[in-house]
Amino acid sequence: MTMPYYVAPEQVMKDRAEYAQKGIARGRSLIATVYKDGILLVAENPSHTLHKISEIYDRVAFAGVGKYNEFDQLRVAGIRHADTKGYAYSREDVDARSLANVYAQYLGQVFTHEMKPLEVEILVAELGDTKQTDRLYHISYDGTVIDQEHFAVLGGDSEAIAERISATLSTDAPIKQALSICIEALQGPDRQLNSRELEVGALDRNLQRRFFRRIDESELEKLLKSKK
Amino acid sequence: MTLPLFTPNQDPGPDFSALLNTLGHSEIPSMAFSASDYSRLTQSPQNSDVMQAIPHGTTIVAIRYNGGVVIAGDRRATEGVSIAHRSIEKVFPADRFSAVAIAGAAGPAIEMVRLFQTQLEHYEKVEGAFLSLEGKANQLSQMVRSHFPMALQGLVIIPLFAGYDTKRSAGRIFSYDVTGGRYEETEFHTTGSGSRSARTTIKLGYKESLSIEAAVLLCIKALYEAADDDAATGGPDMIRQIFPIVAKVDQNGYEQFPQETVKEYFASLISEIRTEPT
Repeated sequence: MTMPYYVAPEQVMKDRAEYAQKGIARGRSLIATVYKDGILLVAENPSHTLHKISEIYDRVAFAGVGKYNEFDQLRVAGIRHADTKGYAYSREDVDARSLANVYAQYLGQVFTHEMKPLEVEILVAELGDTKQTDRLYHISYDGTVIDQEHFAVLGGDSEAIAERISATLSTDAPIKQALSICIEALQGPDRQLNSRELEVGALDRNLQRRFFRRIDESELEKLLKSKK
Repeated sequence: MTLPLFTPNQDPGPDFSALLNTLGHSEIPSMAFSASDYSRLTQSPQNSDVMQAIPHGTTIVAIRYNGGVVIAGDRRATEGVSIAHRSIEKVFPADRFSAVAIAGAAGPAIEMVRLFQTQLEHYEKVEGAFLSLEGKANQLSQMVRSHFPMALQGLVIIPLFAGYDTKRSAGRIFSYDVTGGRYEETEFHTTGSGSRSARTTIKLGYKESLSIEAAVLLCIKALYEAADDDAATGGPDMIRQIFPIVAKVDQNGYEQFPQETVKEYFASLISEIRTEPT
């Protein structure tokens, strides 16, 4: 008779966390920050069609880093959750907090019960009526939710980037300035990111009903040029 | 609510009504209760007047003009011979570049519009791309078809779909029948109980590549004539200041005209056709 190997639960969790962190660290990072007219999302992303940032609902946006197929599945599930909720109740009943909780439940469940944790970190952002009610929910691979104020950094190099951005951040910055703060924080002192390597989206308080918009390459180029 | 995740072979894709079916919701009107239930309800003697008690929306018109398409509808809903609502809205934006208007049983029709709007937005967000105008028209056709059993019981819904085709840079109009049949109209279309008078009016005034002003005026004239001849169609309500909903869809998207503007169009129409008693 063979005895099953005993592995301490601490060890299991540690291994899984390490595995997930490694997967996430391979990908590039992303910043979300509150700016003058809403919430700005800036990601380092060489692809123009495989998005990291996307619209979920009128006031809610999604951003993910890590393994593309895994966070994209979460993105679609989020849209489904929001659209069914808005259809069954009303558009104003859709909020980021409940979506963040549902994501956290799922990520936590997978982390403890499945073979392999999800190698993703996601962000659910909600544009409030005023800057004080803007919300940034940062959810990590194990289901931990952090309600972040002013800014959030996702991805491998997040600590260094967070340090850089917290030094320069201003929540009253107009879009041009906020964008250059984010890009400088993302690229660090030794690199130069150009508009082709960036994906930018915003929840813009100047819009109506659906507040999310993508800032496409041509607009981005204009914004980057005019700052100099 | 839990996170709606599916295995790859059960995934409903970008289709919102398929998603509702997979989740087991029954919000789609034709599925809420079966046609035979409805038939039993309406045909039992004590409920024979159920049909009379269901609000019906009436006249809708749409005209192509040189920059896109204009779509308009009156504001009346009737229950049998009485007026149920004076300010109902029957013209809605379907998404940024299209509009949908409905005539027929108001309850399920408005619900169908809500589902259609969600369906288009859902597709756009999941896929990250707009459906083509033709694709949108076909989606609506499928919804009308799935409603057919209810239409046979008397709950008829006839939508009218109009939009701006960004690839062709032109406005397009699609009409439907109760079976979900979808027909593209090259010039204009009218539907609902006042559609006969409205059609004749437009027919007499229609020219190729009308200006936006001429197209709006023609829509308003058509609705006025429909209201003049059809008891179920509401005319301009000067006392309560309620006027038809008029919207255009052009290269900048859907835009509804303010009631004040519609009122001005009516004022010019009335001064044109007013006759003094002799």
